[in-house]
Amino acid sequence: MNPKRKKKLVLLSSMVAAVAVAVGLVLFALSENINLFYTPTQIAEGEAPVGQRIRAGGMVVEGSIKRAPDSLDVEFMVTDFEHEVVVKYSGILPDLFREGQGIVTMGAMNADGQFEASEVLAKHDENYMPPEVEAALKASGKTVSGESAVSAQ
Amino acid sequence: MWKTFVAWFHRMGSPKWFYEISGRWIPWFAAAAVLLIAVGTVWGLAFAPADYQQGNSFRIIYIHVPAAILAQSIFFLMAIAGGIGLIWKMKVADMVAKSCAPFGATMTFIALFTGAIWGKPTWGAWWVWDARLTSMLILLFLYFGVIALQSAFDSKQSAARASAILSLVGIVNIPIIKYSVEWWNTLHQPATFKLTEKPAMPAEMWMPLLVMVVGFYCLFAVILMLRTRNEILEREKRTHWVQGLLSKES
Repeated sequence: MNPKRKKKLVLLSSMVAAVAVAVGLVLFALSENINLFYTPTQIAEGEAPVGQRIRAGGMVVEGSIKRAPDSLDVEFMVTDFEHEVVVKYSGILPDLFREGQGIVTMGAMNADGQFEASEVLAKHDENYMPPEVEAALKASGKTVSGESAVSAQ
Repeated sequence: MWKTFVAWFHRMGSPKWFYEISGRWIPWFAAAAVLLIAVGTVWGLAFAPADYQQGNSFRIIYIHVPAAILAQSIFFLMAIAGGIGLIWKMKVADMVAKSCAPFGATMTFIALFTGAIWGKPTWGAWWVWDARLTSMLILLFLYFGVIALQSAFDSKQSAARASAILSLVGIVNIPIIKYSVEWWNTLHQPATFKLTEKPAMPAEMWMPLLVMVVGFYCLFAVILMLRTRNEILEREKRTHWVQGLLSKES
């Protein structure tokens, strides 16, 4: 390679490396803001601000969904298998909302340490399978999400 | 091995040689693209089983995932070609880089659009400002920037240089898109396919997806070659061999 080209190659590579480092530092500094939601552990440890609009995410605890008989009010618990948060919501839930499903919800913590949600989004995981396979898995006593769900029980 | 590669690299730098060889390759790639995309579409939409949770709406994966993969690969190729053009002053590399941008932007748009259509029933929202979706939107804007720079200069050389630098800077975004679902909490699910693990999807679901991905790559190859040939004819129109070609045609 002739020296002029070599110089250019070095220059360009160092430019890309410098930009990568700069972007990396910015993203690292902003990582708290880039996270879409707070986990129940972060909320329990007081990392999430009280009274401000934030998002909380986690799995809906099995058997924790309580629906009001005469309104759309619903109350359920969200867990990351270490801590749990009570979520209160009034409105229509997405199709994928069910027990054991990952969700992300927007709202604010109230003074009682409960999360008052104004929006609930279902989070889909990376597992795909036909319904028959799921039925077979259930019959053999394994859960769909594998290890994480097993360790919670 | 290295010597043959260098020889190939140098020959590839000749517009005339690129024009001739791509003319021979295009029919094959076009046939493969049509066949694979047709097979993949019918297989994925009609024969693959429905998902246990999402039902039939998961089938959008057969467009969404290939488009998203292509969007990132094309950007990578565009940056590498631009870099080669900058360092080795290879005209064909500049033309390839220029020909990448519109198709890459289209693929990015398709990925974002199909994702929104799928997101509404599955998540309950068309759009969420999570790291994956936002970094993909930035990719679309980078493509727009490259396309704008390509036509912002009178001199082809300055246009190629400016857009090559933008694509090389923008390449930093590619690993961010890839790992956004692991580095941060996002609404978008993590990757179903990993190099080190078995796919979190049965074979009867991922086989048609693989067919679609390969089909999309073939389609991209055809479009890239067609656009680059166009570019070659335009820029080399004063040369002997293009004049000869034109007189043969007419």
